[in-house]
Amino acid sequence: MNTEDLLKEANIGSEINDKDTARLIINKDKIIDTNEVEGLKVDAREIKDGVDIKIRLEKNTVIEKPVHLCFGVTQQEAVQKIILDIEIGDNSSINIFSHCIFPLAVDVKHIMDGKIRIGKNSFYSYTEKHIHSEEGGITVIPKARITLEENARLKTIFELLKGRVGNIDIDYETTCMDRSVMEMTAKIYGKSDDIIKIKETGNLIGKWSRGVLTSKVAVRDNARAEIFNKLFADAEYARGHVDCKEIIQGNGKASAIPIVEVNNSKAHITHEASIGSVDSKQLQTLMSRGLSEDSAVELIIEGLLS
Amino acid sequence: MNILELKNINLQINGNKILDNLSMDFWEGYIHAIVGPNGVGKTTVGNLIMGLEGYRDFEGDLLFKNRTIKKLNLYERAKRGITMAWQEPARFEGLTVENFIKAGAKNKNRKTVERALEKVGMDPDDYITRAVDKSLSGGERKKIELASILAIDPKLVILDEPDSGIDVASLKNIFDTIQSLKENGASVILITHSLEVLKQAEHAFLLCSGTLLTKGSAEKIGSYFEDKCIPCNHKNKPDKNGVKL
Ligand SMILES: Nc1ncnc2c1ncn2[C@@H]1O[C@H](COP(=O)(O)OP(=O)(O)O)[C@@H](O)[C@H]1O
Ligand SMILES: [Mg+2]
Repeated sequence: MNTEDLLKEANIGSEINDKDTARLIINKDKIIDTNEVEGLKVDAREIKDGVDIKIRLEKNTVIEKPVHLCFGVTQQEAVQKIILDIEIGDNSSINIFSHCIFPLAVDVKHIMDGKIRIGKNSFYSYTEKHIHSEEGGITVIPKARITLEENARLKTIFELLKGRVGNIDIDYETTCMDRSVMEMTAKIYGKSDDIIKIKETGNLIGKWSRGVLTSKVAVRDNARAEIFNKLFADAEYARGHVDCKEIIQGNGKASAIPIVEVNNSKAHITHEASIGSVDSKQLQTLMSRGLSEDSAVELIIEGLLS
Repeated sequence: MNILELKNINLQINGNKILDNLSMDFWEGYIHAIVGPNGVGKTTVGNLIMGLEGYRDFEGDLLFKNRTIKKLNLYERAKRGITMAWQEPARFEGLTVENFIKAGAKNKNRKTVERALEKVGMDPDDYITRAVDKSLSGGERKKIELASILAIDPKLVILDEPDSGIDVASLKNIFDTIQSLKENGASVILITHSLEVLKQAEHAFLLCSGTLLTKGSAEKIGSYFEDKCIPCNHKNKPDKNGVKL
């Protein structure tokens, strides 16, 4: 399997060769390709079992086209360690797509350690999509520490719907200064004996800061999921919401522990969590249109995770 | 010819008798109504015909095209062409109107979806990519359900309180759709306590306390229902003296 196949798996087309599209393509611990655009510096260095990456976006810079990061492992067995240090200057905007592709993995460990600072009035969107093998021998440990300066906005989506999860342990923590807004979403579908652990934390320490933590997880067979999402508000008019939805099928097991902590009487946080099998009313509606129980469940889960 | 027959059905739920020696016969290609005040067992009849869990263990028999379907489950009955829209439509987070309507459709193309939506009076451009979730009103979801039923080209359609949550303007769309289901060859059962909905039917059954009080033309049943059942003056127990239409 070569890099081209990898990009095909990631569903990245010709846009990746466009000179105006910033990109960084890594296979295990090798830098395959990189492209910078004006105002955006991507400095990547190979280290033992991985790559150390520094991304700098200058202030007052809007990157129009999405930036593509591809972290692939074409081997069956490997360790891949990614160190990400991202700084977004003030009044700037960027949209990053991160593709994590381990199509043949039998025993692969992918560790991501991110430190991200988003400058004043800037917008940062980060979508990480995983495509895994059907083997289940993958361990993914993504960790990120994110700071939003005044009036900055963050939107992250973590998606692992294709292939077996294996073992995932997400740990994201975002700290919000005045008037900043963060939205963090994780969508994962666990099968067989997959193990899913999600820990997302939002610290709303700035006045008027806002945050939403959303986790949508489906588990079937013997898969398990544990979600610990925490929102902490310690500033006037901070607003937040924690939302966990988990669908369990078969012998799947799921737990959700939303923690909300409010230290300011003018702040307000809400949470909701639901865990259970597919709603019987949804099921009976689809089945009465001629869908089998299995296809009805799949369609409902697909919708929830879409 | 009968498309569906209920033969002396007795149904108990948690030890309570819900349907009491109930017999009904529905003609193929006709629009029927099952009417009666709240709580007489109308929805229960729909659930029993559809084969929902909890409504399958009953005495008596249920025939579809002269063959028993008593042992068939919901999916198997749906596969024979029986379908139902419940009074309160389900919400599906993230499932688009397009995929919802396509799900059971024979022709899973966009045109089918668009046609079905147009038929129920909804502009496809406004709705096709939206989710069938709480962002749509109950009335909108009800029309979308009806569109999904049109798309599967069913043989027998049960519509439970098709006018509930529907505004006056949309009511005409609902009624038009009911007529086009018939035109497409479907037999229809309207479950209702509304005289206006009853008028859409040709033949009607009046239920009282889980049993059949009387049946006849929708007109006759309508005036009896209006006279004697609104309000019900015998606390939901059939009149000992019988019924004179
Ligand atoms: N699943 C159920 N569990 C308990 N009681 C039920 C169930 N389904 C129906 N019933 C009872 O059967 C009676 C008839 O209900 P229903 O068929 O919903 O009436 P209608 O649709 O005519 O208003 C009611 O007393 C109702 O409480
Ligand atoms: Mg009812």
